[in-house]
Amino acid sequence: MKTLNFRVILFAFALIFGVVFSIPSLTQSEQGKKITLGLDLQGGLHMLLGIKSEIAIESRIKSMAASVKYIFDDEEIIFDELRMVDGEKITFELLDGDDVTKATELLKKGLEGTALSQNGLKFSLEMTEAETERTKQNAIQQAVDTIRNRLNEFGLAEPTVAKQGEDKILVEVPGIKTQEDEQRIRELIARAAHLQLMAVDEDRNARVGSMSAAEAKSYGDVILQDVNSPEKYLLRAIPVLDGSMLTDAKVGFDENNQPVINFTLNGQGAKIFGDFTGKYVGKRMAVVLDNKVYSAPNINERIGGGRVQISGRFQLSEAHDLAIALRSGALLAPVYVMEKRSVGPSLGADSIRSSSIALMLGFILVVIFMVIYYGMAGVVANVALIGNLFLILAIMSLFGATLTLPGMAGIVLTVGMAVDANVIINERIRELLHAGKSIGKSIEDGYSNAFTAIWDANVTTLIAATVLYAYGTGAIKGFALTMSIGILASMLTAIVGTHGIYQWILPKIDKNKLGFWFGIRKEGK
Amino acid sequence: MEIFKYKKPLSLMSKSKRFGLLSVAVLVFALGLIFTKGFNYGIDFAGGTLIQVQYEGKAPIDKVRDAIDTDKSYEGATVTFFGGEDEIVIKTKMSSKNLGEDVGDRVRALLKETGKFEVRRVDMVGAKVGSELREQGIMSMLLAILGILIYVSFRFEWRFAVASVLALVHDVTIAMGMIVLFNIEVNLDILAALLTILGYSLNDTIIVFDRIREGIRTIKDPDLGGIIDESVSRTLSRTTLTSLTTFFVVLTLFMFGGEIIHGFSFTLLVGVIVGTYSSIFVASPILMWLGFSVGGFREKEAAKLKREKEKEKMRAMYENGTI
Repeated sequence: MKTLNFRVILFAFALIFGVVFSIPSLTQSEQGKKITLGLDLQGGLHMLLGIKSEIAIESRIKSMAASVKYIFDDEEIIFDELRMVDGEKITFELLDGDDVTKATELLKKGLEGTALSQNGLKFSLEMTEAETERTKQNAIQQAVDTIRNRLNEFGLAEPTVAKQGEDKILVEVPGIKTQEDEQRIRELIARAAHLQLMAVDEDRNARVGSMSAAEAKSYGDVILQDVNSPEKYLLRAIPVLDGSMLTDAKVGFDENNQPVINFTLNGQGAKIFGDFTGKYVGKRMAVVLDNKVYSAPNINERIGGGRVQISGRFQLSEAHDLAIALRSGALLAPVYVMEKRSVGPSLGADSIRSSSIALMLGFILVVIFMVIYYGMAGVVANVALIGNLFLILAIMSLFGATLTLPGMAGIVLTVGMAVDANVIINERIRELLHAGKSIGKSIEDGYSNAFTAIWDANVTTLIAATVLYAYGTGAIKGFALTMSIGILASMLTAIVGTHGIYQWILPKIDKNKLGFWFGIRKEGK
Repeated sequence: MEIFKYKKPLSLMSKSKRFGLLSVAVLVFALGLIFTKGFNYGIDFAGGTLIQVQYEGKAPIDKVRDAIDTDKSYEGATVTFFGGEDEIVIKTKMSSKNLGEDVGDRVRALLKETGKFEVRRVDMVGAKVGSELREQGIMSMLLAILGILIYVSFRFEWRFAVASVLALVHDVTIAMGMIVLFNIEVNLDILAALLTILGYSLNDTIIVFDRIREGIRTIKDPDLGGIIDESVSRTLSRTTLTSLTTFFVVLTLFMFGGEIIHGFSFTLLVGVIVGTYSSIFVASPILMWLGFSVGGFREKEAAKLKREKEKEKMRAMYENGTI
């Protein structure tokens, strides 16, 4: 028989491959592909966010109402009773029957994705189902992009922000050191960052303390509170401009060395701002962020160039986060937490330590047991087992897979199950040796007899692992992944690898020392 | 070294009624526990918040309880030691949708006066996600069983598939019963453990069945009981050895793996023991009770072989140009 065979060569390649590609992960070197530690092992924040997409739809309908008003005013069509009903549709009434055709055509042309229904001179305008769906999807996608931008700008290592399922957003932020930092990041994500510049209604502002919201509304005003004090302001409801015209926002310092946010407007914004400040010199303009008034300075002169400052007695970190939120844009719809898991770095380190100890101990126990019970055959099985461990690490490194705590448990369990194949094979070989077959024949038949059992057993376990992977979330996926890789790798190492080793060393196996080679008492013949 | 040296078949099938009764008794006990006491669902499935806090030195657990009690919204919150004496876990059914300041932040503020501590873990699951996870869990269990049923029917015969699935249900039910008995909190990791038991127990059963399938072909005995006895006896050594190695590993995980994977490794420990028992004493007798016929199987196998031979013959004739 040939001494070197394709099986042992294949196994040697697998072993070299395993060792080479698991080195970057084991040494945690900078170069090369390596295994990412899951958030439960390195510490970090995992969140599943929901989105209130109905708010995005409502604001879309609001802007539809504004468009209707704009179109009709522009074309001098007289209308009345323009209303939003239940945040779902707009109703209005035309006063002149001659305008019906013109109005219908204008709306059809000017407002895409809407359905207009008519009853005499009364009209109602709704979003089509497709448009509603598109608006929802858009709100989610925009939220994903915005949150990603914010986290990237915050300077975090490798945040993950992705859409999950139909309407959820997955956020994973590794490497957060303290709970305070985590809260800061959560606040940054949640920030609507809706910036508005609004004119103060100077004629009525003196009475704001006793004014009801309904009364303010009747003047076309809103009452908003100061961010730092209970002071209230009466502001014109339609803003001069909003955050969509902002191009940049940076932290700066005012003359008192207090942090402020300086932002720049785009061309159109700068023009509107210039015109407005020119027209209202001597009056006040409020800087409103998320419906809180940050400042309401007097306009001393026309301000050109589109540079505006927000001052609001900020902490430096707060100003920094606010500037990021403003730069990355407003959220179309607010997000809320559905699931949150956060692990501190010290707990992660503890988990790595304890599961590594368990892995080592389990491994050593199995290795010692195999040698005691099977002699040299046990050593062969152990070589395969070590090869299996390296292969798991190498494959996970190459795929950049994430190792979680259940994933570690998966590897530990694979150690227990991978030797199973060799136990089955060794038992078969012993059986044949007892039956008086020659060593070579016992090995060959042992492998072929054992094969179907190992194959069927592994395939069924793989089926369970695949289901676990498909249906599991987060950490559980990690468990299913390491177990699947472990099973596949064990097919190569425990079946092909050990077979190759036997064929290779067969000429050296002494038939009079079956106790040493296979751990059995019966003498060969 | 050899512990289990095969000499002659153990007569297991003649005692199968006794093992059957034992299994039924344990099953009834487990089901009783599941339906009367019920699972202690953790936050993954029930929703709520879990906060793990580590103190420098011994945790002042009474102070923590008092501090938590000052806030009415935490009514029903539990505070317990976790692993060692320096660590505690606070659990509440509450969860908050608010990103800015959540339950964890508020607990941190409440505990400010209780000593020097570090919040090491905050898990919060909303009720909706909890029920979704539970549905997914049940689905994954059923799907795994279905997949296995199909594969085993295809590779063996439908009675083998039914017997192996019944053995699985047996194992998982008993493991669930133990989870209830020892009041282990059911979270996602327990689900993973149950699914692993599914795979593991099946692994064991398949290997015994493979030997029975082989026995049917090679052993002359026409009596299924005899074939099963001999096949099971021949795999007994392997079954116990593998269970032993897996048991070692799971035991080290249970003892040294840390508090977080305690429930997981406990469930596996039960699973390894029950899975080994069931592959020997449950799966094979079911095969017999389902009325598996050795003669029928042999005839089918023979017919299959004949068909294949004929096909080959046809092909040979075709290749030789006779047809």
